Amino acid sequence: MSGLPLEGVRVLDLTVVWAGPYCCQLLADWGAEVIRVESIQTMAPATRGLVVWPSRQQLDWSLNAGFGYAGRYPKERPWDKGPFFNSHARNKLSMTVDLRTPEGLDIFKRLVRVSDLFIENNVPQTIEKLGVTYEELRNVREDLIVVRMPGFGLNGPYKNYRTWGAHGEGVAGHSWVKGYPDADPSGRAEVYASDSAAGLNAALSALMALRHRNRTGEGQLIEVSLCENFIPYLGEAIMDYTLNGRVQGTPGNRHTSMAPHGCYPCKGEDRWVVIAVGSDEEWRGLYRAMGNPEWAEDKKFSTVLGRWHHQDELDRHISRWTSGLDHYEIMCRLQEEGVAAGPVLDERDAHNDPHFEARGVFQELADPECGTHRHVGCMWKMSEAPNRLRRPPCHLGADNEYVYKELLGLNSEEYARLEEEGHIGVEPASHLP
Amino acid sequence: MQQIAPKEEPAPPQALSGIRVIDLSQNIAGPFCTKLLADYGADVVKVEPLGGDAARRMGPFYKDQPHPEHSGLFMHLNTNKRGVTLNLDSATGRKVLRELAKDADAMIEDLGPGAVERLGLGYDILRKLNLRLVVTSISDFGRTGPYRDYKAVEMMYYAMGGPMYATGDPEREPMKTGGNVSQYQAGSAAALATMTALFAAELQGKGAHIDLSIMETQLGSIDRRSSRLLGYQYTGVVGPRSLDIFGIGSGPHPCKDGWINLLGGEFGFERMCAMIGRPELIEDDRFSTREAQAQSGSVEAFEEYYLPWLLERTKQEVWSQAQDFRIPSGVINTTEDLLADVNFRERDVWAEANHPVVGRVTQPGRPFIMYRTPWRLRRPAPTLGQHNQEVLCGELGFSKSELVVLKESGAI
Repeated sequence: MSGLPLEGVRVLDLTVVWAGPYCCQLLADWGAEVIRVESIQTMAPATRGLVVWPSRQQLDWSLNAGFGYAGRYPKERPWDKGPFFNSHARNKLSMTVDLRTPEGLDIFKRLVRVSDLFIENNVPQTIEKLGVTYEELRNVREDLIVVRMPGFGLNGPYKNYRTWGAHGEGVAGHSWVKGYPDADPSGRAEVYASDSAAGLNAALSALMALRHRNRTGEGQLIEVSLCENFIPYLGEAIMDYTLNGRVQGTPGNRHTSMAPHGCYPCKGEDRWVVIAVGSDEEWRGLYRAMGNPEWAEDKKFSTVLGRWHHQDELDRHISRWTSGLDHYEIMCRLQEEGVAAGPVLDERDAHNDPHFEARGVFQELADPECGTHRHVGCMWKMSEAPNRLRRPPCHLGADNEYVYKELLGLNSEEYARLEEEGHIGVEPASHLP
Repeated sequence: MQQIAPKEEPAPPQALSGIRVIDLSQNIAGPFCTKLLADYGADVVKVEPLGGDAARRMGPFYKDQPHPEHSGLFMHLNTNKRGVTLNLDSATGRKVLRELAKDADAMIEDLGPGAVERLGLGYDILRKLNLRLVVTSISDFGRTGPYRDYKAVEMMYYAMGGPMYATGDPEREPMKTGGNVSQYQAGSAAALATMTALFAAELQGKGAHIDLSIMETQLGSIDRRSSRLLGYQYTGVVGPRSLDIFGIGSGPHPCKDGWINLLGGEFGFERMCAMIGRPELIEDDRFSTREAQAQSGSVEAFEEYYLPWLLERTKQEVWSQAQDFRIPSGVINTTEDLLADVNFRERDVWAEANHPVVGRVTQPGRPFIMYRTPWRLRRPAPTLGQHNQEVLCGELGFSKSELVVLKESGAI
């Protein structure tokens, strides 16, 4: 008994890439038994890797982008060693089955019978071609809850549109309202915030549906479109249009009223701090923290409107000051004076930050293949359920025995036959690149 | 478009019917959390200080006229909630809050670490009144730790918690996300945390106290932050900012009437050549291998064929073509484009509220579709103190003259 709130809930996880796996991770973190339904006959797109055996060049590309594999150039089982997958695979189980075969489909349906939730985020036709849509699975388990997370929607002209991460985010309107104001969209960078938003809201929807089921016995289908789900996150820009007909562009790092408000260079290589001043009191705090410089005594900076109108000049002065100081030093000095400021933390900084350390944000997990590393722990703290990460990222097929023999009741002969027929295994088939 | 349900039709059930939430939060994260719960059926009583939620002072304002009932942000974030005013600095106000908490399933607060305890409204006290109560405390840095009392703004959440370092042009300062995306994400996380505890509380009869730090909702994870943090652990390498990661032809490009984002490189470049009617370009020495594509000058050389083709077509035309050629892609919509899009209209993405002061206003509707227990816009965001009588008299049993005393003495 783990004492965790979602203990006893079983989830079939047929998710890929990021948003779906992240949703399932959130449920697994709080006690649900999440079973990744994987395959050794096909490779799920961009999930455990782009290919089964990444080339040296691909491994270098990942390494230099910050997503390097455990061991950098793993010679064995690279599909168990990438951080892109492993960051959301902790606390989960993995089994393998070839869903393209009638027997594989039958195994899946037997799993459905003993599961509460089925969550997937493949392109819509994947599930339809396999014959495991909500309508079909209801015949297997009447009160099943199915969460489907398409890029755009399960119907409509965009249903089968292909999208990678930021494309859907641009459709939702996020790309237009972020980035350097003096650059066109090609010079602004991508952010994948709609993926994490979808993961969170999909997990929320699953629990709401479970609650309804517990009270009424009714399951249901839930549809979380990655693009549509993100629209409420852009409320400010949308309401400005619906109330005032205004089409907002990008303010960059500036704010509608706070000034100064921006990202300033600090001492060292590519070090930055963000500073935001809202009130006259905070301005006086900044002034003191900067050592009462003469330029800041100019009357035009003494009021909110004055600072707002003279931001360019303010930013130049402040940059000159910040450039000589360490980014953490600036945070400490400003926070002491009641001013909002914080360093831009790269991953090394974040792992070494004293506050995150004190909060126990990072937690060590021993992984037999990758070694022992610090993972980001559970996202919040809950008083009645002190929670630690329980299992390392699931290796491919690691839980086949448990799922087939204990959950589905197969004996050793049946298990061996399924191994021979290519359902059960821990290594992708040799024909896969 | 979803309208407020007409009275004659029986309303479909909602997932959170019967759940009662007391909401002390302000600004964005807490209210977005409780909006999610209210929109799917919870009875949310929004408790505002006498001067109102700080979001009432945030734009965009109706006709650019600042006024407590004109904030578009407030209207969006506070749908389906009933509003009361309480002065928690007064003993009477705190007593009323404890009365409200007695029968509630959840309470959401963001008054700051230690604040509710100082007011005698801490979890230890409230759970004695109501064992099954879930209290979700939302704070910037968490209820503990050396930065516990630090001040934070939207940009800081993404800078410290999120991957701002890796976002933007490597030759310039890093860039924040649009709008207040980090705070909305924290709101979703708070709703999930609350629902997780509520789920268990309904089964076991015992609530919990949740300590949710907005910073930690970013670390674990907004964008690809958690993967990057693990990647660093595996290799010691910190990923840089980069504008071009997907190769030749990728990224936002101009069309006749706007911009579109396409995927080229090893994933889509060959299909791109076919799409623009130049399939032979993949054999061209300048573009035929990944090394050649990565040579400086190759991107510009390809754009000589690519840009004229794009500029002759609208972004929707390009998108349709790109999808026919199986090129992952998406138009870059302005808000105007988004509201005009026929697909989203037909899918009922928008809702129309009938706001008591501003009138009919279109706002974002359901984030996701629950087919059996749908999202509903039952009421618009409340005016300040709109439901004082309904809640305090109708539910807590104060008489009308007692309500006057509470008002005049500054308790409500």
